[in-house]
Amino acid sequence: MSQYIIRRFLYSLPLLMGVNILTFVLFFVVNSPDDMARMQLGQKHVTEQSIANWKQQHGYDVPLLWNDDAQGEKKITDTIFYQKSVGLLLFRFGVSDSGRNIGADIKERAMPSLAVALPTLMIGLLVNICFALMMVLFRNSYLEHAGLVLCVILMSISSLFYIIGGQFFVGKVLRLVPISGYDDGMAAIKFLILPVLIGVFSGIGSGVRWYRTLFLEEVEKDYVRTARAKGLTETQTLFRHVLPNAMIPILTGVVVVLPLLFMGSLIMESFFSIPGLGSYTIDAINSQDFAIVRAMVFLGSVLYVIGLLLTDISYTLVDPRVRLS
Amino acid sequence: MVVLWTDALIYVLIIVMLALGVYLRGKEHIQRPLQQIGRNKIGMTSLVVLLFFVLIGLLDSVHYILADDKKNEVISLLDDFATPLREHGEKTYSAPFATTLYSKEMTMLADGTLQWAYPRLAFGGRHLDHPETEKIPDILQKAAYGLAQGASLIGFIMLLMWGLLAEQHKRFMRGSTAKTVWTVVFIIVSFSYAAIHLSAYYHIFGTDKVGEDVFYQAVKSIRTGLVIGTLTTLIMLPMAIIFGILAGFFRGWVDDVIQYIYTTLNSIPSVLLIAASILMVQVYMANHEADFTSVIVRADMRLLFLCLILGVTSWTGLCRLLRAETLKLREMEYVQAAQALGVKQGVILLRHILPNVMHIVLISVVLDFSSLVLAEAVLSYINIGVDPTSYSWGNMINGARLEMAREPIVWWSLTAAFVFMFALVLAANLFADVVQNAFDPRRSGNE
Repeated sequence: MSQYIIRRFLYSLPLLMGVNILTFVLFFVVNSPDDMARMQLGQKHVTEQSIANWKQQHGYDVPLLWNDDAQGEKKITDTIFYQKSVGLLLFRFGVSDSGRNIGADIKERAMPSLAVALPTLMIGLLVNICFALMMVLFRNSYLEHAGLVLCVILMSISSLFYIIGGQFFVGKVLRLVPISGYDDGMAAIKFLILPVLIGVFSGIGSGVRWYRTLFLEEVEKDYVRTARAKGLTETQTLFRHVLPNAMIPILTGVVVVLPLLFMGSLIMESFFSIPGLGSYTIDAINSQDFAIVRAMVFLGSVLYVIGLLLTDISYTLVDPRVRLS
Repeated sequence: MVVLWTDALIYVLIIVMLALGVYLRGKEHIQRPLQQIGRNKIGMTSLVVLLFFVLIGLLDSVHYILADDKKNEVISLLDDFATPLREHGEKTYSAPFATTLYSKEMTMLADGTLQWAYPRLAFGGRHLDHPETEKIPDILQKAAYGLAQGASLIGFIMLLMWGLLAEQHKRFMRGSTAKTVWTVVFIIVSFSYAAIHLSAYYHIFGTDKVGEDVFYQAVKSIRTGLVIGTLTTLIMLPMAIIFGILAGFFRGWVDDVIQYIYTTLNSIPSVLLIAASILMVQVYMANHEADFTSVIVRADMRLLFLCLILGVTSWTGLCRLLRAETLKLREMEYVQAAQALGVKQGVILLRHILPNVMHIVLISVVLDFSSLVLAEAVLSYINIGVDPTSYSWGNMINGARLEMAREPIVWWSLTAAFVFMFALVLAANLFADVVQNAFDPRRSGNE
């Protein structure tokens, strides 16, 4: 087992290196640091001097890959690639273009993101599975048909409308919960209800449809027919036979996204002004803070790779048919 | 005539579709699922709605410069049809079918006294002398007139077809699906006639903050949505098909390299990759202003870049599916037989593998369309979508969401964007379901 995990872990290293090189190319080769400086300082009347100052301030005043002027190993270390990109591999995120420590910011903001994303995922999972099971139980009836139509309709509405509509009706008209904001500790709960509710609701359409297909695939298998032939009721077969087997793809699907929950949801957090990583990213995009965007891109892919690793492990734990090979 | 980049790609797309249609004519294995779609009422209804949107999008994709225009403004055929909507701006917000502005203003009356009242609109309901009493009868009358116009047009066409078609072709009019389709066409045409007729006198969806007609904005946004939904797939398909088939067919190091590439790309959260790329495009455009002469060219380039980036981030899913399917197919007897007979590998790929994975490609294209249209709105909201100056539903929502806090609330921009987007995405989703049912071999049989 541990050998398998180590091998999977080693396999993920080239992936992270690939991501690192890709972001480097995207951020420094497509546009030179000079271009970025000009963009940040405003377009017109930028002197060479002010560009040089900006670059020096942010540490972009060294060559990209190879420093000819330096001595010894500094030929490699005194470069943008080494200082800005290799550092990411060691989780040294550096400082943002506005001078803040990115690593500290990320630590501080990961929790609020998780506070929204984790309940959304869990409640959503529960609700979706319940509805999907119900549709499978009443399959080939008008109830299922109506449910499917409702799912397609729910799927066709942009998540933006769910948020705006929810904020308007629950927050403004009914005044049940605050429209947006965040607080520390337990006081945060009243701010979290609405985003979680909307998050769950906007995922129902596609979620229920997806889980329904998973359940239906299982329902038609031979062992379920045997269970029915034994005389089990439809509910018993569903809960005792279909559900546990269909849980395998569902659980592994959930495990992939678990680490990514830290990243939060971009639009949710910015609509409800929750100080998580999602709104952090949006602010960075809007203020064109390349250092933060670069750090978030890397962090996101690290979390995804961890998710893949966890999926592989969970497969071997949940599904006895999968061998460690 | 001016051909923008996205226009050119749309023309290419149409040519490709036509060529495919000609190529697939009379091929039995394609006919069967197509007929299945043709018999499905929901499928045909949503197809009609989609075609209606496509028609508007195509009208909006023929650009030219008006000969007598001094400003050298590039307009499209649709703009030409909608000239009154385009030019009749108001001062600021006004509600749908309103005759007065949204907010009170100080106005000078004829006798020199000042009055604090809602000023009349410059355009909406201008022809009415006493809007309070005349407005509703006038709206009803104009709507009825427009409906009648559209209804008589489509009725005339139906009669014409009934008269001209030979007896054996009358099944196009007689079957139960055909009747549904004609009803939908009838409804769409008469209602759009009514809308067009009414919008010549009123702002039927109101006006936005700078007084632009919201109906016009929503209609113009159709093209943006369609372009993102279709061109992205056009860009993504070659990559996904070539890489997917090669990886599955040759296995070995080719497979390793291609798998590495798509896992790497996949491991970056797509929103962040899109954000990073769009930021870079912005920097590039800001530093090369000379290449982007007019606003419309710049907006168009940005739209194209967005499609390109969305394509790069979204080909991995299809590629993985195709690889798995090819892995299965290359072990099939007929492929083994072809190999044993000494058929060249390129020929095997083209003749035996490619046609047999096409149903996956088709299904994923239709499935992706609606999610791409929805993604555009979200991306525009985060400011990494289309250019802020171009018309799109995302931009409309983005501009309108703060207006919900006003008193009385300004709801019409959101409603218009919602209605149009919902209609397009719902039709696309329903159609995708029908296509999937028809083309997926695992589902064949359960109609």
